[in-house]
Amino acid sequence: MNIYVLVKRTFDTEEKLVISGGKIQDDGAEFIINPYDEYAIEEAITVRDEHGGEVTVITIGGEEAEKQLRTALAMGADKAVLINTEDDLEEMDEFTTSYILAEYLKDKEADLILAGNVAIDGGSGQVGPRVADLLDINYVTTITSLKIDGSTVTIVRDIEGDAEELETSLPLLVTAQQGLNEPRYPSLPGIMKAKKKPLEELELDDLDIEEDDVEAKTETIEIYLPPKKEAGRVLEGDISAQVSELVGLLRNEAKVI
Amino acid sequence: MSKKVLVLGETREGALRNVTFEAIAAAKKISGGGEVVGVLIGDSVADFGAELVNYGADRVITVEHPHLKSYTSDGYGQAFMAVIDQENPEGIVFGHTAVGKDLSPKIASKLQSGLISDVTNIEGEGDDAVFVRPIYSGKAFEKVKSKEGLTFITVRPNNITPLAKEERSGDISSLSVDITNLRTIIKDVVRKSAEGVDLSEAKVIVAGGRGVKSTEGFEPLQELANLLGGAVGASRGACDADYCDYSLQIGQTGKVVTPDLYIAAGISGAIQHLAGMSNSKVIVAINKDPEANIFKVADYGIVGDLFEVIPMLTEEFKKVM
Ligand SMILES: Cc1cc2nc3c(=O)[nH]c(=O)nc-3n(C[C@H](O)[C@H](O)[C@H](O)COP(=O)(O)OP(=O)(O)OC[C@H]3O[C@@H](n4cnc5c(N)ncnc54)[C@H](O)[C@@H]3O)c2cc1C
Ligand SMILES: Cc1cc2nc3c(=O)[nH]c(=O)nc-3n(C[C@H](O)[C@H](O)[C@H](O)COP(=O)(O)OP(=O)(O)OC[C@H]3O[C@@H](n4cnc5c(N)ncnc54)[C@H](O)[C@@H]3O)c2cc1C
Repeated sequence: MNIYVLVKRTFDTEEKLVISGGKIQDDGAEFIINPYDEYAIEEAITVRDEHGGEVTVITIGGEEAEKQLRTALAMGADKAVLINTEDDLEEMDEFTTSYILAEYLKDKEADLILAGNVAIDGGSGQVGPRVADLLDINYVTTITSLKIDGSTVTIVRDIEGDAEELETSLPLLVTAQQGLNEPRYPSLPGIMKAKKKPLEELELDDLDIEEDDVEAKTETIEIYLPPKKEAGRVLEGDISAQVSELVGLLRNEAKVI
Repeated sequence: MSKKVLVLGETREGALRNVTFEAIAAAKKISGGGEVVGVLIGDSVADFGAELVNYGADRVITVEHPHLKSYTSDGYGQAFMAVIDQENPEGIVFGHTAVGKDLSPKIASKLQSGLISDVTNIEGEGDDAVFVRPIYSGKAFEKVKSKEGLTFITVRPNNITPLAKEERSGDISSLSVDITNLRTIIKDVVRKSAEGVDLSEAKVIVAGGRGVKSTEGFEPLQELANLLGGAVGASRGACDADYCDYSLQIGQTGKVVTPDLYIAAGISGAIQHLAGMSNSKVIVAINKDPEANIFKVADYGIVGDLFEVIPMLTEEFKKVM
């Protein structure tokens, strides 16, 4: 089976966020594989181990994204592709990202493509379904279970807390929701092997993409931190006094009850 | 320039969802005095048309077909694209719901359009409209606009104020579409979410975490929620420990909520949880640990044992309500 995983290098949102000059400060920040993409990688490896084939992880980003690709290889992916847009593109949006990924994938005859359901930084959740549409294949989002039998695929997906069971077929793109699996940690031998696995680097030219083809459709005009909330009030005194004070505050100050 | 804007209506348990009325209000802004057209897709949806009009849609188009009973991206995609072919809209608004999240990127891709997802606020109107959306798990916000062509957004439930419901008149027409070639067959939907209050639309949420310690531990939270006309939610920690069902989960993976009042009991305040609730208007934290991260986003905090505090809160509210 020919399996591809879309992987995004993201800012670790557990870390402190600093904005200066209208931009999120990257220097010294911690970057990780988008957590939902870890579920996608794990699932891809499991499917390959069961049905045979090869897992290729792809990312669009700068040189630094090589680190996340090596981690995916160390987990067990076979090959990696970095589409480096650093020199070519100043602005990107979900359209740009999806278009480039689809151009790379269009002649690869993928049986199964896995993505995360959402990136924890950009947070749009658009890239998976957009790529599937561009490739004209079916997609299923926020999946929590995947079973493949021949060309029949049985899936459970999370729809706002309800579980939907459905049947579809390959080729298919799915996006991973938490609960799909427990991603493995790269083992030491895995990390050693990953250093020798193929990592191909491409630029837009190699994909015959003109900058105009991928011009962003939307424009970010400002990035800012939420207005600083006044430090919350931690109440004091004995618990029963705190409780009646709280009820008073919710009714008279906050006016929410 | 005034625009024609389509709004996809959504129903739940036989009624329109509030997010649909919020989407109409958003569409009004984008239209800049143009026309707002409600779109209803399903096997039997025409009856909801009048209510869309009463909430501000200028007219409504319904697409009904037996294959549209359950949502599939193919079925709804074909139906919505048929409406687009007929109407040539300059704007589209969906709710940022399971259906909206799944369908909007497909439609945007077919139209080679931008899409601004999970919008929580709109500044300006018509061509000048600028959209605010949370990024970085809610730690920051960005203002985005469409560069040209179609303005397509999804709105986060419970953030945009709907228009007042009034008796209004507007045309309700149907469009017949041949729905074919569905690549997904829905076998079953296991309903896990409680009936009644939809968490993403609740005005008051009492949420419990691992600190609640058991299924029974949720009972006092439920009692308080009932009294306040709200709903019970939970952290991942409580769901993983089997104290409650995953359908109650709030956060990045679970539901994203923006109630007027969010009471977090026995929840530490991990970033993935905050991503789902930090936009709430007023946050109350009840936690034994004064260092818990949840106090950083709380407006009011009580350091104490939730099993002591919650029942007292219920009693205190009973006295004054
Ligand atoms: C000036 C500017 C420069 C930017 N430069 C970059 C950049 O260099 N790299 C970048 O990633 N974003 C960049 N972005 C952001 C970019 O527009 C979005 O991050 C991107 O379109 C994906 O949207 P999202 O984060 O909402 O992902 P979502 O749609 O929420 O992601 C869902 C899934 O899609 C897949 N996916 C998303 N992004 C990628 C990717 N880049 N490669 C492979 N798979 C992916 C993953 O599986 C992910 O889990 C830039 C934005 C601006 C404004
Ligand atoms: C990719 C990913 C996605 C995730 N998505 C989500 C998500 O959507 N939602 C989510 O919630 N989490 C999510 N998580 C998990 C998240 O990181 C935390 O593990 C989880 O939120 C912790 O739950 P908790 O606060 O209930 O538990 P804990 O962190 O264990 O906190 C329990 C708290 O209860 C307090 N406590 C204990 N006893 C009492 C008492 N008697 N009275 C008062 N306080 C008491 C303790 O002081 C402590 O602060 C995600 C994680 C990952 C990696």
